[in-house]
Amino acid sequence: MTDTAVSAPEGRETRLRIALRKPGFLLGIAIIGFSTILAVFPEAFAPYDPNFIDYNAVKQPPSSAHPFGTDMLGRDSLSRVISAYTVNMQMAFLATVFAMLIGVVVGALVGYYRGIADIIFGRLVDAIITFPFLVLVIAVVAVLGPGLTNMYIAITLVGWVYYARLMRAEVIAQMGNDYAAAGIVMGYSDRRIIFRHLLPNAITPVVVYWMTDMALAILLGSSLGYLGLGAQPPQAEWGVLIAEGRNFITTAWWLSLMPGIAIVLTGLGFSLIGDGLADLLRPRG
Amino acid sequence: MTTQTILDVKGLSTTFARGNSALKAVRDVSFSVREGEVLGLVGESGSGKSVTLRSLLGLSRRYGKVSGEVRWMGQDILSLPERKLRPIRGGEIAMIFQEPMTSLNPLLTVGVQLTETLKAHTDLGRAARRDRAIEMLDHVGIPDPASRLDAYPHQFSGGMRQRVMIAIALAAEPKLLLADEPTTALDVTIQAQILDLILSLADEMNMGVILVTHDLGVVAQTCENVAVMYAGRIVEQGPVRQVLRAPRHPYTEGLMRSVPQDVPPRTQLYSVPGTPPGLDALPTGCAFAPRCQNVKDICRTERPPLAAISTARLAACFNPVCNSMEASR
Repeated sequence: MTDTAVSAPEGRETRLRIALRKPGFLLGIAIIGFSTILAVFPEAFAPYDPNFIDYNAVKQPPSSAHPFGTDMLGRDSLSRVISAYTVNMQMAFLATVFAMLIGVVVGALVGYYRGIADIIFGRLVDAIITFPFLVLVIAVVAVLGPGLTNMYIAITLVGWVYYARLMRAEVIAQMGNDYAAAGIVMGYSDRRIIFRHLLPNAITPVVVYWMTDMALAILLGSSLGYLGLGAQPPQAEWGVLIAEGRNFITTAWWLSLMPGIAIVLTGLGFSLIGDGLADLLRPRG
Repeated sequence: MTTQTILDVKGLSTTFARGNSALKAVRDVSFSVREGEVLGLVGESGSGKSVTLRSLLGLSRRYGKVSGEVRWMGQDILSLPERKLRPIRGGEIAMIFQEPMTSLNPLLTVGVQLTETLKAHTDLGRAARRDRAIEMLDHVGIPDPASRLDAYPHQFSGGMRQRVMIAIALAAEPKLLLADEPTTALDVTIQAQILDLILSLADEMNMGVILVTHDLGVVAQTCENVAVMYAGRIVEQGPVRQVLRAPRHPYTEGLMRSVPQDVPPRTQLYSVPGTPPGLDALPTGCAFAPRCQNVKDICRTERPPLAAISTARLAACFNPVCNSMEASR
């Protein structure tokens, strides 16, 4: 019998080291790490009070005193972009985390039990997915009324379907492995098989998608803010900031460009992390 | 031997729906297993032997329709709801699978997976479960079991994983083990070890075994009785020695002739002509008729029933082989 006794817990550790050697993953962690710090301590980094109005310094182009310029009320753009990190990072998390949790549970149950529930679920998914995401969210916000909380509810109501669909497919694939059948013939309870055996094995694509979805949530939240359905002025939020700069796009381009760059950077950060996680969590052979 | 019959299967059929047609994977299969008996279930790929095994414990009913009667200790378990089946599954009847690479959860240590069974079927405490798990690993021949308890499945070789799987299956001391081609995915030297292990443990625990395989050599070495399956039905059944030495069904004979024995190098090996019929396009009459060398007109129109041809032997054939095998050997 040639059985190599592997004493060191290889696998995850070495994978982590390999993943961390990738510049993209590291860059993603750096961007999101710094964004999170900005979101938690905006005052420490903003040079001015983001809501301080100075009519003597209206629409000033970027300078050493105001690196991102000032807006039509003389507020410092850099401070407003930084203070918006709080709302926008919160958006990335809150708009997606409940959708993810609901989707994972529903997807796992439907994928495990199949049957009638699965057929109904399939129709529901078809119905929701044929509509453009933004249109559905706008419809829900229109019913609930604008504002951040309602926006989170709206995105969750529509967004869980994507997670559930992913989870269902992955659970069904995992059911093809004998350990699932083994769990059944060992007499384990359904709950144990679903949540202890299938779910941890099936969760990887969901986690990767979650990262991408956080980037999308910021984009979506900004879009709704831009349309006046999400965060409300004077709250600094990137979409709101871009909307405020819209009328001055030819004379004060920095007003829309700077928050736009913040959106792109954060989105890039989440995508890079998602990419790195996909490599890190890929099932072992 | 007059030991007690523990499993009695009567008229088991399993049908899967595919589109609008029905695939009858198992048709009217009957057999029984006595305490401590080793029964072989033989056939080529797609003959329904694995589905038969999976139907016994209610695995197939998730995907298809299972009918007939499966009596376990006198109780019909086919109609039992999942919850009532749970104590029987793993506790009284256990199962091991073909692919040791996928039959263990890759994310949990083998210790966790071993103690999980004990937790489900015994009232041992945490420490006692761990001790029992170590004992089981030692029993199936895993060296240094105490430290291997915290290892993950990917840290074991294929043969070792199958040993772990056996340890898990037998931890709660079941009375019957369903083994679905347990050695097919292993290399030959390991195969013999695993079979020996299963047999010695079965003997020690007075446990019945249903061994599904396509390897006649394995059957000859290990089983007392054998049932040969073709296209979802049992075509021949009886004591291993008699069936293999003097097969009566032409299909069994074909299988026997397919095993190379004393052939000079570079000669063409025998194979049963043709391929098994698709389950959705079975011929009327005997399913084996299109490939059969002894075929008669009646074989194409009527299906031969599985009938006794001598004491303890059954065959489903209108024109059984007249023991030409012994003469030709």
